[in-house]
Amino acid sequence: MSSGAAEPVPAMADTAAGVRRGRFRRRLEAVPGLQATTGATYQPEHPDAILDVRDLSVEYLLDSGTVVAVDRVSFALMPGEFVAIVGESGCGKSTLLFAIAQLLSPPAEIIGGSVTFAGRNMVELTDSALNAIRWKDLSVVMQSAMNALNPVKSIGAQFKDVMRAHGVTARQEIASRSAEVLRMVGIDPIHLDSYPHQLSGGMRQRSMIAMALLFTPELVIMDEPTSALDVVAQRSLMVQIAELKERFGFAVIFVTHDMSLVSHFSDRLMVMYAGQVAELGPTRQLFDSPAHPYTVGLMDAFPSIRGPRRPLSGIPGSPPDLARPPQGCRFAPRCPKVMDRCQADPPGLYQVDGIDVRCFLYEGAVGADRWSKP
Amino acid sequence: MTELTAQPGGPQPDAAPAVAAAPGGLAAESGTEPLLRTEGLTKHFKIGNALSQRTLHAVDEVNLQVGERQIVALAGESGSGKSTIARLLARIYQPTAGEIYFEGRRLSAIRSRADRLRYSGLVPMVFQDPFASINPVFRVSHGVMRGLKLHRPELSREQRYSEAQRMFEVVGLTPAVDVLQRYPHELSGGQRQRVGFAQALVMRPKLILADEPVSMLDVSIRIGLLNLMVQLRDAESVSILYITHDLASARYVADRLIIMYAAMIAESGPVEEVLANPKHPYTQLLLSAVPDPRAPLGVSAETDRGEPPKVIDPAPGCRFRQRCPLAIEVCHSVTPQLQAIGTGHEVACHVAQSGAEVKAF
Repeated sequence: MSSGAAEPVPAMADTAAGVRRGRFRRRLEAVPGLQATTGATYQPEHPDAILDVRDLSVEYLLDSGTVVAVDRVSFALMPGEFVAIVGESGCGKSTLLFAIAQLLSPPAEIIGGSVTFAGRNMVELTDSALNAIRWKDLSVVMQSAMNALNPVKSIGAQFKDVMRAHGVTARQEIASRSAEVLRMVGIDPIHLDSYPHQLSGGMRQRSMIAMALLFTPELVIMDEPTSALDVVAQRSLMVQIAELKERFGFAVIFVTHDMSLVSHFSDRLMVMYAGQVAELGPTRQLFDSPAHPYTVGLMDAFPSIRGPRRPLSGIPGSPPDLARPPQGCRFAPRCPKVMDRCQADPPGLYQVDGIDVRCFLYEGAVGADRWSKP
Repeated sequence: MTELTAQPGGPQPDAAPAVAAAPGGLAAESGTEPLLRTEGLTKHFKIGNALSQRTLHAVDEVNLQVGERQIVALAGESGSGKSTIARLLARIYQPTAGEIYFEGRRLSAIRSRADRLRYSGLVPMVFQDPFASINPVFRVSHGVMRGLKLHRPELSREQRYSEAQRMFEVVGLTPAVDVLQRYPHELSGGQRQRVGFAQALVMRPKLILADEPVSMLDVSIRIGLLNLMVQLRDAESVSILYITHDLASARYVADRLIIMYAAMIAESGPVEEVLANPKHPYTQLLLSAVPDPRAPLGVSAETDRGEPPKVIDPAPGCRFRQRCPLAIEVCHSVTPQLQAIGTGHEVACHVAQSGAEVKAF
């Protein structure tokens, strides 16, 4: 662990990266045409973006064939921005997260695209270069803290591991920083000596977040951190994340299946369907006037706690099998607005009012009439 | 029960309400008796070893009622005892104290195997995890047919099959002939949960115990099952005890709402009344925490950070007092009892019972 605690990681060794790049190329050649972006309109390169994901595709190589779980996803994340990714189970949202953090393991493999984090393409970095970034500049908070934390080590010991891995060895410094981050998330530092099973679900999840903040990362990736908590604990954790984000200015990617949870916290919302971006835009705008029929359906699937009780319909059918995706639009079989051409051609991402929408209803229509809810 | 059931010809779309010709009860009792009621239902678990015997209070002194053709939602945080109540009602656990009355008869009086079978047929359970609750090595028809064979032995093989088909159509698994032949892994989560409801329905139940039946499903699928529960109540005349932690879905389907906190009932009443006019501070806390995109933006940072209470050897006093901003002297020494404060609206809170305005969260 010679890399200094304060300096950014030096550029990765060329040889090692070359090996990875070679393998990467081979896979790309094996899948011709994957780099084509099918008429998608993306924002220009953001030079000041902290994270720039471009045409990222991930494939699972299974005995029964290949499954493209993430299909040419692009988005940029500004420093301090909170982007939420929502979608049903199996839509590729967790795979996308793992691909961004370079945590995929076989049979999953990145088959195209780039993930530029703080100027470096994560896809091409070697493991040791990635190790230097992880926890320090980019941390990941997993879905189940019970499984992510080591059950036979105290919280403090696990914090110590992280800090020592990044060259912080002074016992005093480790102790004071560990206590500091625990206090930041509202846990008494006495629990540094506690084991995960001695903490409640909410405290475990908060101590995971504390661990993610040991160094001051620029990006924190969260995979459904609140799904194991009940509403009260969930609410207090969300408020806490928002406060910490305000204070330290890190960017957040937050994956969830419950879009109402992030409605008050995220700056932008990405709705994924069957491995693709269905809609991406400012959160408030998406909630107020959702464009994609799938987003409209999702909004309509939540009973509300206020207002009149009215019957809801949800979305008929179920998501497609990604091993055999529909030929045209992937949402076509469930779509109430389906047209003939949706069955044949896959729609691109079209820009309307600052929102990216994958739906033919918005093709070429800048500022076109919004399809509003019935 | 006795004769070969004439097929009622499927679910009539506008089913005639209040078909009182449901399977006859064990005892013809007075009309005021609810379908199911509990009196002082209590379940304690012993934990620890021989040296440190402690008692975990999972359910304490619970009095609840479920009427005919009624969906009752039982809501509360994890560990509040909701699932234990379902298991007590399903006779998986024996109560430590208290009694359950079904159609006016004490459950503890059930002795014979026939009566026990009859009860579990009338009060079946639907489980939370549709991926774990169906046997993966059999076709989905297997579970349904077994239930039929055990609980309705009067049916012939063909009648069992047509009854299974009818139920699959009732729960929206069409074409039923085709779906019956599938294996669980060929069905989606939502479809599997419908199979769970079909398995319960073939026994012609009066009350289905549904333990978080939609919490594992995706939001776009969830609403379909909630609609199914409403449809079952209206068309098939079943009551449902809907256990959930999601107040919004409880409001969507339920007639009555029971809020549990730390093994006891904190508040109960008609669902709209409880949600529009919550009297218990905990109900108010729960309501304030429900994420609602339709609510105006603006988050109060003043959020409760309290932890769920320990219900191991609890001392007397209100169990919510440590988290309650309104706690008064008496809350620390006397456990509040559930008391009516409106028509059918009951609350267990000293402050609310004194008639004072409760505005905690």
